[in-house]
Amino acid sequence: MQMTTTFDEMWGRGMGQSQGHSATASDDGASGGPNSRSSRMTQAQTMYEGLRPPYAAFDAWLKGENPGRLLRKQHEAEEVFRLTGITFNVYGRAEAAERLIPFDIIPRIISGREWARLAKGIEQRVRAINAFLHDIYHRQEIIRAGRIPVEMIARNAAFLSKMIGVEPPGGVYTHIVGIDLVRTGEDEFYVLEDNARTPSGVSYMLENRETMLQMFPELFSRNRVRPVSNYPLALRRSLAACAPAATRGDPVVAVLTPGLYNSAYYEHSFLADKMGVELVEGHDLRVVGGRVAMRTTEGYKPIDVLYRRVDDDFLDPLNFNPESGLGVPGIFDVYRAGGITIANAPGTGIADDKAVYSYMPEIVRFYTGEAPILQNVPTWRCNEPQALRYVLDNLHDLVVKEVHGSGGYGMLVGPTSSKKEIATFREKLLANPGNYIAQPTLALSTVPIFTRAGLAPRHVDLRPYVLVSPDGVTITPGGLTRVALKKGSLVVNSSQGGGTKDTWVLEE
Amino acid sequence: MLGKTAGGLYWMFRYLERSENTARLMAAGQRIALTRSHADDEWISVLETTATLDSYSARYGEVTRDNAIQWMLCDRDNTSSVMTVIESARNNARLVRTALTREVWESVNESWMTLKDALSQKVGERELPQVLTLIRNRSAHVRGAFAGTMLRNDIYNFARLGTFIERADNTARLLDVKSYVLLPSASAVGSSLDNVQWETILRSVSAEGAYRMTYGQDVRARNIAQFLILDRRMPRSLAFSVGKLVDNYGYLADCYGTRLDSHAKAGALHSDFLAVGIDEILDAGLHEFIQAFLRDVAEVGSQTEVDYRFYA
Repeated sequence: MQMTTTFDEMWGRGMGQSQGHSATASDDGASGGPNSRSSRMTQAQTMYEGLRPPYAAFDAWLKGENPGRLLRKQHEAEEVFRLTGITFNVYGRAEAAERLIPFDIIPRIISGREWARLAKGIEQRVRAINAFLHDIYHRQEIIRAGRIPVEMIARNAAFLSKMIGVEPPGGVYTHIVGIDLVRTGEDEFYVLEDNARTPSGVSYMLENRETMLQMFPELFSRNRVRPVSNYPLALRRSLAACAPAATRGDPVVAVLTPGLYNSAYYEHSFLADKMGVELVEGHDLRVVGGRVAMRTTEGYKPIDVLYRRVDDDFLDPLNFNPESGLGVPGIFDVYRAGGITIANAPGTGIADDKAVYSYMPEIVRFYTGEAPILQNVPTWRCNEPQALRYVLDNLHDLVVKEVHGSGGYGMLVGPTSSKKEIATFREKLLANPGNYIAQPTLALSTVPIFTRAGLAPRHVDLRPYVLVSPDGVTITPGGLTRVALKKGSLVVNSSQGGGTKDTWVLEE
Repeated sequence: MLGKTAGGLYWMFRYLERSENTARLMAAGQRIALTRSHADDEWISVLETTATLDSYSARYGEVTRDNAIQWMLCDRDNTSSVMTVIESARNNARLVRTALTREVWESVNESWMTLKDALSQKVGERELPQVLTLIRNRSAHVRGAFAGTMLRNDIYNFARLGTFIERADNTARLLDVKSYVLLPSASAVGSSLDNVQWETILRSVSAEGAYRMTYGQDVRARNIAQFLILDRRMPRSLAFSVGKLVDNYGYLADCYGTRLDSHAKAGALHSDFLAVGIDEILDAGLHEFIQAFLRDVAEVGSQTEVDYRFYA
């Protein structure tokens, strides 16, 4: 798939080459007078279809702003983030142990109508994922029906056989889901991946909004933006609604973190703080009288619902990786006996595995009886000889990912890789084809970012956050927009230098 | 409340208190060193007070002003250097983030960022006064945010326990190192050198003004000892710190409905203070008194760690 046109969410579809048609003058940062920005905007408009309606009020505001003030605001925003300590830890880099994720002040705006359709698609997908997980760990009807091959599950490292027959409290497997979406056109959204284990980033969604409210209050009186600040409360409610039968009185909720040096520690403490619950580590917990209990100043006190941000493998050294010091010995036995809710349930990784992803349209149809609302990116499974042959022949056009990979590590982006990089990757692929899937490079939509030289288009994705409880599915309007700050780059992961934006869903 | 959180608060405030006391001690040290011919002797005394003379000597050998400053402010091998201590305070703050108000957290985080910046290069004689002022100001900022925004609950009281255990310890160590100038035999000498020594002690706990308000211009060893050991109005005195500890334990006893061993130990230490006079202390030996005090305070601290389950 060649990138001939790109859909810009502010200005509509562009007319030229995606790499060429930049909505900005060259990034030389030379002029900065009040007029230079508007001339750039005019230039931009002639190259695109024209301003899209969700951006109308924002654009009117922007026309009255001068670049100097915006630049100051951009710095102020960074200062707020630094002071708040909204950082993430980068593994393997001692000196820059804590880093800020770059924040861009230009919001990404989604109309109420666009969102309504997206939300329907997300809910459909998330319900299907939960039904799939229940089925996979019980009767496996979907395999009996021949809709997905048995090897997909049986030989999959993400399948947790210890979960077979386990009934999670409330019947919920994925209490918190992050669905990564990309846009390619006016009504075209693709799901890039489903994050059904421990999706991160929601603290950025919340802090980005707080920062924007502080920086530009006037924007929020001109635009009716749906609030996101309810998320921590909704999360706590949703978790409490999944409390196990053993609960006495109000459910006690806690967040389990691997600790201070985990890359997402800030987020773990943020969520515990905003929910008003304890932030615990493995060494704060032990099994006491058939319950998982935390060591308080007054002795051990049982926990009902544990929102864990520790991977399955490290959860319980008695049941999983015996080397783990991050988990709680015996917690899985308590779980199986209905003494605690673990969110998300162990074993949910089988639903966001990249090979299983390719079957998602089938999975949605099978469990909901409906056609999928959101599209899946066409995916070649390299364990299939025919697919592998195609992938090897077209490496320079494809994105190849590890089946269990995340964070943008260990992937090949064909169009932007050198011959040498492709050759090296080919060796890796041939050595273990089953470890990879391949997808075409999509013409991801762009959104303007603020640069010293004015606005410039950059590729984005969107991760809405979804809460699942027996009471229903709750989707916070918007989500986290991640943006590839490097010109032309398609990789938005923060570990690879991506940034974030505030994401607005308008009331109508 | 988690035992770990109680422990994190306790240590966070011990470290904050230590950074501030180290800055005061160094300011007084620099001042007196400037007035003496054997200037570096005073830096030895500063190192002794922070109980780091041995580790310093192992690293640098001979005591010089510049090395002592570097060691006390920036050296990451010194577990009591201001940089290490501020970093530990912040790490503990991150650990107990859910127990702190946003203002307290931001204040600690900003202190860490500011001081990391200020201490990233060698601090010379010229910059030292400003840097030391900055350290004390940052500490005051955190304390202000803490006093102004924190709920007066168990969280608050664990933080205060840390503050006063550390303060009691730090003031006692200062008195111990300077005890020779406070002895009755020394006070008889009354040379100008000793006056400078006495003044240093007062400066090291920011008490020159408070002392003058209490005793006027009459600077005597006995009065200084009385002031810093037994005066309950003086916020850095031993009696004041112990009194506060008793209050904080009293709150926790009410809050949890149980009296524990640490409360009893602090209570006993406090009654000893109410019973003793300064002449008795000086006659029996200041050094011995202080050593016993330091042991008792350390014991109250470690009993607290056990009583409130700081560690697994």
